[in-house]
Amino acid sequence: MTQRSPRASIEDPEPYRGPIDPALRRAQEERLLRVWENPRGLRYWSAVNNTEVGRWYTSTAFLFFLFGGVLALLMRIQLAIPDNDFLSADQYNQVFTLHGSVMMFLFAVPILEAVSILLLPQMLGARDLPFPRLSAYGYWCFLIGGVFVCGSIFFDAAPRGGWFMYPPLTTKVQTDVGADIWLLGLSFIEVASIAAAVELIVGVLKCRPPGMRINLIPLYSWYILVVAAMILFAFPPLIAGDLLMELERLLDWPFFDPARGGDPLLWQHLFWIFGHPEVYIVFLPSIALVAMILPTFARRPMVGYTWVVLAAVGTGFLSFGLWVHHMFTTGLPGISLGFFSAASQAVAIPTGIQIFCFLATLRAGRVVRSVPMLYVFGGLATFVVGGLTGVMVALAPFDFQAHDSYFVVSHLHYVLIGGTVFPLVAGLYYFYPMVRGKLLRERPGRIAFWLLFVGFNLTFFPMHWTGLLGMQRRIFTFPAGLGWDRLNLISSVGAFVLAAGFVVLLVELLRPRGRDPWAPRNPWGAGTLEWLGENPERPWGVRSVPEIDSRYPLWDQPDFMREVDEGRFYLPDAEEGERETLVTSAIDAEPLQCLRLPGNTFLTLWAAIATGGAFIFATFEWWWPTLLSTVAAFAFIVAWLWTGTSTIPEKPTKQVGLGLTLPLYASGPASVGWWAMLITMLGDLTAFVSLVFGYFFYWTIHAEFPPAGTTGPGVLWPVIGGALLLGAWALTILARRCNRLESGFAFQLSLVAAGVLAVAGAAALVAAPRLTGLDPTRHVYAAIVWILVVWTAVHAGAGVAMHLYCMARRAAGRLTSRFDIDIANVALYWHFVAFTAFVTVAVIAGFPLVT
Amino acid sequence: MLVRLLLPLALLAACDGPQSALDVAGRDAERVARLWWWMAAGAAVVWCAMVALTVACVRVDPRRHRDRAARVLIIGGGTVVPVVVLGALLGYGLASTPELLALPPPGGLVVAVSGEQFWWRVRYHPNDSDVAAFELANEIWLPVGERIELRLSSPDVIHSFWAPSLGGKMDMTPGRVTRIALEPTRTGVYRGACAEYCGDSHAFMNFDVVVVERAELVDWMERQALPAAAPASEEAARGQRFFLADGCGACHTIRGTAADGVVGPDLTHVGSRARLAAGMLPRDRAGLARWIEQADRIKPGSHMPMFGMVDRSHVTALAAYLDGLR
Repeated sequence: MTQRSPRASIEDPEPYRGPIDPALRRAQEERLLRVWENPRGLRYWSAVNNTEVGRWYTSTAFLFFLFGGVLALLMRIQLAIPDNDFLSADQYNQVFTLHGSVMMFLFAVPILEAVSILLLPQMLGARDLPFPRLSAYGYWCFLIGGVFVCGSIFFDAAPRGGWFMYPPLTTKVQTDVGADIWLLGLSFIEVASIAAAVELIVGVLKCRPPGMRINLIPLYSWYILVVAAMILFAFPPLIAGDLLMELERLLDWPFFDPARGGDPLLWQHLFWIFGHPEVYIVFLPSIALVAMILPTFARRPMVGYTWVVLAAVGTGFLSFGLWVHHMFTTGLPGISLGFFSAASQAVAIPTGIQIFCFLATLRAGRVVRSVPMLYVFGGLATFVVGGLTGVMVALAPFDFQAHDSYFVVSHLHYVLIGGTVFPLVAGLYYFYPMVRGKLLRERPGRIAFWLLFVGFNLTFFPMHWTGLLGMQRRIFTFPAGLGWDRLNLISSVGAFVLAAGFVVLLVELLRPRGRDPWAPRNPWGAGTLEWLGENPERPWGVRSVPEIDSRYPLWDQPDFMREVDEGRFYLPDAEEGERETLVTSAIDAEPLQCLRLPGNTFLTLWAAIATGGAFIFATFEWWWPTLLSTVAAFAFIVAWLWTGTSTIPEKPTKQVGLGLTLPLYASGPASVGWWAMLITMLGDLTAFVSLVFGYFFYWTIHAEFPPAGTTGPGVLWPVIGGALLLGAWALTILARRCNRLESGFAFQLSLVAAGVLAVAGAAALVAAPRLTGLDPTRHVYAAIVWILVVWTAVHAGAGVAMHLYCMARRAAGRLTSRFDIDIANVALYWHFVAFTAFVTVAVIAGFPLVT
Repeated sequence: MLVRLLLPLALLAACDGPQSALDVAGRDAERVARLWWWMAAGAAVVWCAMVALTVACVRVDPRRHRDRAARVLIIGGGTVVPVVVLGALLGYGLASTPELLALPPPGGLVVAVSGEQFWWRVRYHPNDSDVAAFELANEIWLPVGERIELRLSSPDVIHSFWAPSLGGKMDMTPGRVTRIALEPTRTGVYRGACAEYCGDSHAFMNFDVVVVERAELVDWMERQALPAAAPASEEAARGQRFFLADGCGACHTIRGTAADGVVGPDLTHVGSRARLAAGMLPRDRAGLARWIEQADRIKPGSHMPMFGMVDRSHVTALAAYLDGLR
């Protein structure tokens, strides 16, 4: 039930300017407080509010960063002198694998999501993100998975395949549990990352304040939108790769075994299709922080806003076309080398545009000296070095030498520490007063900066040289006499200087600050909405959701802060005792709906524990506990959905202030849930496409595919299966229609029929390779057919569970003709299942006929 | 500030070393090194320009700001300059790609190198013959001034062949054969290494490239193609008996004897090599004995069993025999 906002779209409504009754204001504040207050005691951990979850998330990611840093120090001790035996080869291999994996999967990506969960609602003047419980669930998954993966090293069971886990080393040689911990533990976290990406995309698109049209969005939010979309398309190929590798390890399906038609290079493609965008996923959010900090201290709006946005989008697009530059030495033809060299150089251009927009802003403004700016400048100077060496290694001929040497180690740390860590520390100093209400002191910030900056360059600058002198990556020791001794010693000393910088920062962070005064409100004099927050903090986020007509409302809109505080804008009250925020249209930010948000719950924690159990028990191949955990996770998630989503409001509409009345319920494309389903399924589809890519990849490397003498799954059973699944899809859509027509019986009947067809269709699909005797352990052809079939069948199975859920909801009166989010989203899910089934049948049954 | 910090570092570091990509001894390494020096100089200029520009942008009086100037800065600095510079670099850099990938005309000497955990199996195919003339391990002899094709493969996991002084690296992927050509310009011994992480002893997987004049190479190839020398002393003869009786031949070949195993290195002329165990030990009697007794301790994950339990006199006899296989 979409409903356009009743007000004219061009003329913005003016807030009421007259006097405000102080008693009313106090009563409103009390009600808001009651609704948004955090629970106390142990129940505190049931909080789902973005501020709490964001704090936990950020601190946890930072702890994992420190853990990864300690691992780095161990490596630097080992490499300080030649022929050192501080660590054994096996220990060193675990340490470097975990260092890379922790920094990438447990720090770099999560910290951006953590910071965004913390900042985004404030920046958008929203009370919370649209799916607070999803954020909480994602956080708990991250914590459990992260502790599991990190903890493995204390049991000498950590993964030891390097953070890119190349098979066959990781499939044939390293058969211990380490690789499974990597594959399952990190897949679990990747799922949480995708969940956060969905949350952030919907947040930026649908939860902006009225009037914040697409050209007024704060730059940080723009970047997060780009990055979240990148996560959505970059992580699924890795998850698909993880699935293939785990199947090879567990069931001996030969995806990467050349003896049986597999190819180790498929993993490299899938990994780097993820891995290269990953670099930008990590780097862009930090640039986004710079894009917020820099205008504040230049006292000037960002110059070239549109350029920055286009450059960020362009970087996102280009980053998906570069992955092959990680594979320049695999023996590719010259034409591929040339193409991917050129593409890799091209990405320097949007990056350059962003930097020059920053410089133009500095030039236009009068720069105020501050600790955050010190880190911004330090980051810039460092990152430029990384960018320049990046241009070098992007050039295939030079990469033939630099690849897999310490030159690359140096390059990537210049990019990641210069581009990510320095801006993050800048962000830490900048946003700390917003989050904690107190300022961090300047002096430790400056001392830490110089330690970090000098230590960093001392560690990593010599590594360019070490690499050119022939030192390859990932060797646990080296002999004397190759000219590497002194350089390595300098790097090791530098690493400890760098670590000292972090210790200084850490001490300043953890220092008790009870006696410090509260920071003034908006201490840096910034122009964006996140600085509306009061010190000490009030739990409701913004006192009233403002109407915006500028990129820097605090600078440009007179009396803005006072009017927000006095509740003169939207949703100044919580009359019904519900958590609420505004949903607006994606382009023009027209108010569409007053969204009721679910409150605190332990369900998400239980669901995460059960999900974690399923992954962790599977690692050790304890199948009964795995099954139990899966069932429990399913039950908790259903309970969470049942109680916390698609709740029917007590009245259809609500006055939200400024004379505006908005619906309390929306379904279909007008609802945030529908968008979340759409976005999630785009990610799911990407994983499926990655598997299909695998099928055609194998086709390109084999002269005959299907191999001679193999009968494929035939045509009959796949087509029957596909037709049945399409039937289930049609019946699901019919059910949605019946529901709309108030025909409850027809609704239930069509869903029963849809479920039966879906089960039959899945069975027919699985029967296809089974009846034709395709043995997935014999040849990769059979294995890839099986994985496509199983993927489709599992999706059909999940679809049946959704059918049952909708039937129960309808029977319980929680799904009606008007309040129909559930069936609308399930129908949307089934569009994707239908497409998946169609593609699977076309590939496994149709393609062999064509070739 | 950074320059002051880093310049001494750069001066501290020399370019030379047996495994240095900048101490060139091959045509390909020479091309890449030249590219590097150009890029390094260019990068230094660009970095200094960026820092200078940043300082200028911070210092300049904001009242002098003009929108047009800002646009010029963004478009000029962000697009025009990079397009020109990167275009030129790309043209210059990629122009050398065909030369780097170029293989010598077919029919010449082909050296097949197989990367195996954790050593290098080297087979010589004169005139690209189907059957190798001989096989050795961890040592590659090449003629100076000639471009020679290397055919790279792996039976177990991914390795990468890298002799930095001679040229770039190339992966050795199971299921594939990759090709690279090297063209040494100076005689001498150059160190190579496995560049792709391949397991526990990845650090211990090195090789030597011995670059000699053509005549010397021909001489060496003839000697390598001969069957193994007969034991020259009583001790060596005992060593040979142990070698054949204790099952060493299950893994190792010594042409001219019954030992014809193919799992480990061919030892027909092991006494002619400079080093043992992919660069881990000197090839002398002591080194041989140590390797026989504690292979896995010297090189974790090695497939060579440790024969520490064997009687000491056995081991010295074996070492004497193998040492004599010149």
